[in-house]
Amino acid sequence: MIVTSLRKPAEVFEKAAVPSPPSFQNYTAVFDPVNNFARALLNSIIVAGVTTVAVLIIGVFAAYALARLDFRGKNLALSAIIATSMFPGIALVVPLLKIFTDIGWINTYQALILPSMSFALPLSVWNLTAFFRQMPQELEQAAMVDGCTQWQAFRKVILPIAAPGVFTTAIIAFVAAWNEFIIALTMTNKSDFFTAVVAISQFQGKTGRDIPVGSQMAAGVILTIPLIIMVLAFQRRIVSGLTAGGVK
Amino acid sequence: MAVAAPAPVGSRGKKTKEWKSPDEGQGRLAAIMLSPTFLVLILVIGLPILLGIRQSFYTTGGLDAQGFAIEGDQFNGLKNYTAIFHGATADRFWNAFYVTTLFTVVCVVIETVIGTAMALIMNRAFKGRSLIRASILIPWAIPTVVSAVLWKWIFNANGVANDVLGNQILWSTDGIQAQMAVIIADTWKTAPFIGLLVLAGLQVIPEEVYEAAKIDGSSTWNSFLHITLPLVKPALLVAVLFRMLQTLAMFDLPYVLVGKGKPSVETLSILAQQESVNTRYGPAAAYAVLLFLYLVLLAYAFIKLLGADVIGDAAPKRAKVKGQKRSKVGRSVAKGDMP
Repeated sequence: MIVTSLRKPAEVFEKAAVPSPPSFQNYTAVFDPVNNFARALLNSIIVAGVTTVAVLIIGVFAAYALARLDFRGKNLALSAIIATSMFPGIALVVPLLKIFTDIGWINTYQALILPSMSFALPLSVWNLTAFFRQMPQELEQAAMVDGCTQWQAFRKVILPIAAPGVFTTAIIAFVAAWNEFIIALTMTNKSDFFTAVVAISQFQGKTGRDIPVGSQMAAGVILTIPLIIMVLAFQRRIVSGLTAGGVK
Repeated sequence: MAVAAPAPVGSRGKKTKEWKSPDEGQGRLAAIMLSPTFLVLILVIGLPILLGIRQSFYTTGGLDAQGFAIEGDQFNGLKNYTAIFHGATADRFWNAFYVTTLFTVVCVVIETVIGTAMALIMNRAFKGRSLIRASILIPWAIPTVVSAVLWKWIFNANGVANDVLGNQILWSTDGIQAQMAVIIADTWKTAPFIGLLVLAGLQVIPEEVYEAAKIDGSSTWNSFLHITLPLVKPALLVAVLFRMLQTLAMFDLPYVLVGKGKPSVETLSILAQQESVNTRYGPAAAYAVLLFLYLVLLAYAFIKLLGADVIGDAAPKRAKVKGQKRSKVGRSVAKGDMP
């Protein structure tokens, strides 16, 4: 993919392993105003970022309650959260599209962010619950012996220690929101509000029937590199996050 | 318009000075802590689902007896559903149903086999473990749409695939080869992920078990069959279940790789999405509801038949396997592929 993105548009189907000479034509083409790609990148960052932050703030509390507190209906709550994470996206998209059309939310950020929370939230609660479960119970007990309420123990002792887990969850949620397609595709029809993944699928060639493979590849590289860097930097954490609870 | 639901504020957790029974205090705290999450879930999932079910009994637009356009929704009873099964759209629906099922069965089987094989290899390999881990995570992190574009290029008439095979297959046109292209691309993206989850299950199996089996004269294959598989089953089942549900709702990969309006890769998700973009909300909602029911049915059957323990150790109903914690799949990532 990277190699192809460096070829001249005319040579995308050449087979040589190394393009000669390397050309950045495709990269300049990506940021051609026709494609509005810079704006799409910004949109993706806004949507994925806001979704992640909102989901974490809400999810951290729920996860703690599920991991540590004893209350009636705990299994029911857990099951409900898992069940919601299994919903097919399309079952939400159809009614949401109609609602958003009626209240004039098509091509707005909230129309992208709110539905994204529907899958990012269960995912995060699930992950965080596993992280909290792995923490020694003695931490809170010690805090409570020292006169903290359960709430204070959570806020002053657990949250600071849980930072790595929260951070890992943030990455996983961010990647999920960043890669989301069906909602972003359906809720937007102006290129000003396309997220980056939608923008790529909608790239226009210079002529009608020309598929701009080169610039699609270049855009793909631009879109993927930050994710790969992030993933490589925190791979161990992510793996333990993804398989949370499996390895003790 | 603020998006975030109101997060509970510290002062709301009543700081009681006198010691209450722990259960009462915990119950209240739990309710406060869980409420924002459930509020959001009800808002973005519960409500739309209910509206979607309602929508599937209504129709939008059309003309009344005098030939005027009708404003708003008309109650349509079960007509949206009957229209799906009889009538012009029936073929399209059954085709989408068949395609969805085909993709799910084929992809999940292939991915499970390859993923398990990967996990077994990784479990043996101690050198270059981080390299392997990286190579597994990269397909996961690449947006599905980007990988679809990438495979589209590989499967191009003049692309790498035909070059390697040395013949001229028009991969991305339509028909069986387009289906194959989707299956291959999906496998590439998610088999590693299954591998990762199975690996987590493998690593808790103590080495002594295998040694004991060896002393008793068990072959490698026998050990795998009677030790590895049963012990890894919980992790594997959960992984397979999640993959199954995601493949059933597959949308972005065929949509980008092959395109819309190609019957051979039109999944139920694509069908419903196309209908709703064309403002035929009633039929679209009916399709979505049918897909949803299909999903619930399969998931239920799967859990009942194979006893997949999805909730993990929160449900201490059954005996634990050798005291190991059951693998709780942190809701799989590939939801990004939606998901």
